[in-house]
Amino acid sequence: MSLQRLTSSFVPTGLNSHNLAADYKAVNLGQGFPDFSPPKFVQEAFCKAVNGGPLMHQYTRAFGHPPLVKSLAKFFSRIVGHEIDPFEDILVTVGAYQALFCAFQALVDEGDEVIIVEPFFDCYQPMVKMAGGKAVYVPLRPKAEGKGVLSSGDWVLSAEELASKFTPRTKAIVINTPNNPLGKVYKAEELQMIADLCIKHDVLCISDEVYEWLTYDGVKHVKIASLPGMWERTITVGSGGKTFSATGWKVGWAISSGHIMKHMKAMHQMSVFDCATAAQEAVAQGFEREYELFGTPESYFQQLPAMLNHKRKKLASCLESVGLQPIMPEGGYFMITDISSVKVDFSDQSTEDEPYDFKFVKWLIKEKGLATIPVSAFYSSEHSKEFDKYVRFCFVKEDSTLDAAEDILRRISQ
Amino acid sequence: MTSRHTHSKRIEGLDKNVWVAFTSLAADPSVVNLGQGYPDIPPPSYVKQALAEAALVDRMNQYTRGFGHPSLVKALSQVYGKVYGRQIDPFKEILVTVGGYGSLFSTMQGLVEEGDEVIIIEPFFDCYVPMVRMAGAKPVLIPLRLVKVRKKTITSADWFLDPDELSTKFNSKTKAIIINTPNNPIGKVFTRDELQMIADLCIKHDTLCFSDEVYEWLVYRGHQHIKIATLPGMWDRTITISSAGKTFSVTGWKLGWSIGPEHLIKHLQTVMQNTLYTCPTPLQEAVAQGLLRNFDLMGQPECYFSSLAEELEGKRDRMAAIVKEAGMTPVIPEGGYFMLVDVTSLNQDLSHILDDEAYDYKFVKWMIKEKKLAAIPVTAFVGDESKKQFEKYIRLCFIKQDSTLDAAGEILKNWKSSSQRS
Repeated sequence: MSLQRLTSSFVPTGLNSHNLAADYKAVNLGQGFPDFSPPKFVQEAFCKAVNGGPLMHQYTRAFGHPPLVKSLAKFFSRIVGHEIDPFEDILVTVGAYQALFCAFQALVDEGDEVIIVEPFFDCYQPMVKMAGGKAVYVPLRPKAEGKGVLSSGDWVLSAEELASKFTPRTKAIVINTPNNPLGKVYKAEELQMIADLCIKHDVLCISDEVYEWLTYDGVKHVKIASLPGMWERTITVGSGGKTFSATGWKVGWAISSGHIMKHMKAMHQMSVFDCATAAQEAVAQGFEREYELFGTPESYFQQLPAMLNHKRKKLASCLESVGLQPIMPEGGYFMITDISSVKVDFSDQSTEDEPYDFKFVKWLIKEKGLATIPVSAFYSSEHSKEFDKYVRFCFVKEDSTLDAAEDILRRISQ
Repeated sequence: MTSRHTHSKRIEGLDKNVWVAFTSLAADPSVVNLGQGYPDIPPPSYVKQALAEAALVDRMNQYTRGFGHPSLVKALSQVYGKVYGRQIDPFKEILVTVGGYGSLFSTMQGLVEEGDEVIIIEPFFDCYVPMVRMAGAKPVLIPLRLVKVRKKTITSADWFLDPDELSTKFNSKTKAIIINTPNNPIGKVFTRDELQMIADLCIKHDTLCFSDEVYEWLVYRGHQHIKIATLPGMWDRTITISSAGKTFSVTGWKLGWSIGPEHLIKHLQTVMQNTLYTCPTPLQEAVAQGLLRNFDLMGQPECYFSSLAEELEGKRDRMAAIVKEAGMTPVIPEGGYFMLVDVTSLNQDLSHILDDEAYDYKFVKWMIKEKKLAAIPVTAFVGDESKKQFEKYIRLCFIKQDSTLDAAGEILKNWKSSSQRS
């Protein structure tokens, strides 16, 4: 069974953190979801859908509710620069998570290699494994050692190292931009380098872009599918939950060329068949509104990053003020921080054999009541030792939550 | 430039799907749709209300517990604890999934291995076979057989498994048997004795039982839904699958659950955390509210679990009557909301349709086009060897408003006259 390929010890970082944080009633900057509500217009759209006719509560089209696929096609065609067919090129899924699952199951076979750029959202690894594929890792590395606040933009792939990972067995490469946990937003040149290799080796690209609207300081999110030669080999994954701060709705999508999408559709109809109707209707309404307001100050896609930018800066300055070294993210809603300067006595025996950052995180939850995520969880065992002095903070939280975290950190530094 | 890359082997041949094919045909608004199984009657208002209220609570719009929203699994534990007559651990013995479909998928992926055999009873809900194949296992089919008796009305109770035939299907490779009670499409409600026979074989051969009970509340007078998991020796080897969509007439919510022993459920949970991680929060909260409300009403006429069945029994009987008017022969279901209809006596000549398809596929397509009435062909629910046995049957869904049934009635009433004209 495909399950045999999974190690029973794997537990997603979010799950683990959720449980521990709840047990210790910790201030939760761990799991990545907002502690504030979705925007009014999208909540209203959901209520309107719920009170809509009986069809809002019955099965809709398996591959995506027609109003949603149409509004996604309209919206993203403009951005990608390619006419997206709503019925051929789009699949609506139960969160971006299921879109990723469909992609791996539909396209990766026993023995295929899949390149994963580290640090990676932790589900890629077991999903590749479950599909019988072999994960090949290549890490982003900080450009230069040294003092000063690093930016996620300073973490790069080595061109030679990346090229060396492509073999005749390589089926796909998975990239995540903006990246979780680092916050890196790949520049056009970096995506071009990856694209060149994909074209040269005839490899698919799975591009996880769930945080696509969250970029800061004028940094632009670039879609690799928009580069020449890439539309026909890229699967772009998006998330209604991240887009509209409604992670609990679990509405996601994959956009790709029809000849690839048809395989993902087959997989989808074998696993969940279709997705809940009302939430899709609400997300469709959300995109209709955003289509009209795109680029204007009223657009949620402007307002959300502006709001989060303030929180990003607040968290960064708080971390610096207590002697930690945050890596300023260019995008997303996470920030990783170098914790090597903090001297801690780990008297908790239960974490003896664990990596340093795991020990730190557990200590921070149990002793100080602050939940975060250890960054080496986002690395393969090959490279995790190099990156075990970082923890990840989520800043998509109410200011009161960030203030509470700040108090805790101050007390530690004293 | 096309990629040299093709799809993975696991989805080979799994792209064809009867729903995708027929829902688009039936989508024409002038067609009276008795095809795909969803209600066109509204769900109970308190369930919609609960959803609207949940959506206004900040926390309800964000991720919840992966294996099931706490208030939902606790409500399920309460309701099913009573139904099973045993304590059910909400966190270890329940998994919430994307519909009954998602439960079936998690079960197959979690428990079925390459090289296993899985026994499937025909006619079967069409996804069982491709899901078994996708898990690398071999489907072993056995048909329900109509035991013809001399009486006026045929019911789903006249279809039986041959016990000797069934026992020959079990061998050392058999991992599980899938049962569906009440059955889609026939509507058979397996009796205690029939379930005991299956249970005996499961215990003898140490196999698992996957029991699809999504229509568990829709059982008509004179019949009782029995959970095979409650038979001696069966709890530890059974996964029981249910559906909020079918329970509360909200198929578009796509929520279901699997109940079983911890040592089996934990594998389904592992699949869940690696496939879609968690189900939507506000929907789960609303279903929890609906379950708790009806838990308090269980045994009373206002309880939706029984009131829906009462409402549907009337529609069932009406459907049977109007089908007979057209000269077709209904198989009266004991449960569920589908009815098999034998179209043999119509002698409809379809030889002009040259597609290489079974008779019922041709008949349904012809009926949608010529009569503007949609149904589902029953051979979609059987393997190749049994096609001949079932190709004169179509499936009608009767969980429809009276106006829909009226419209179907008009078409069926005028069938003979319009057929004579053509």
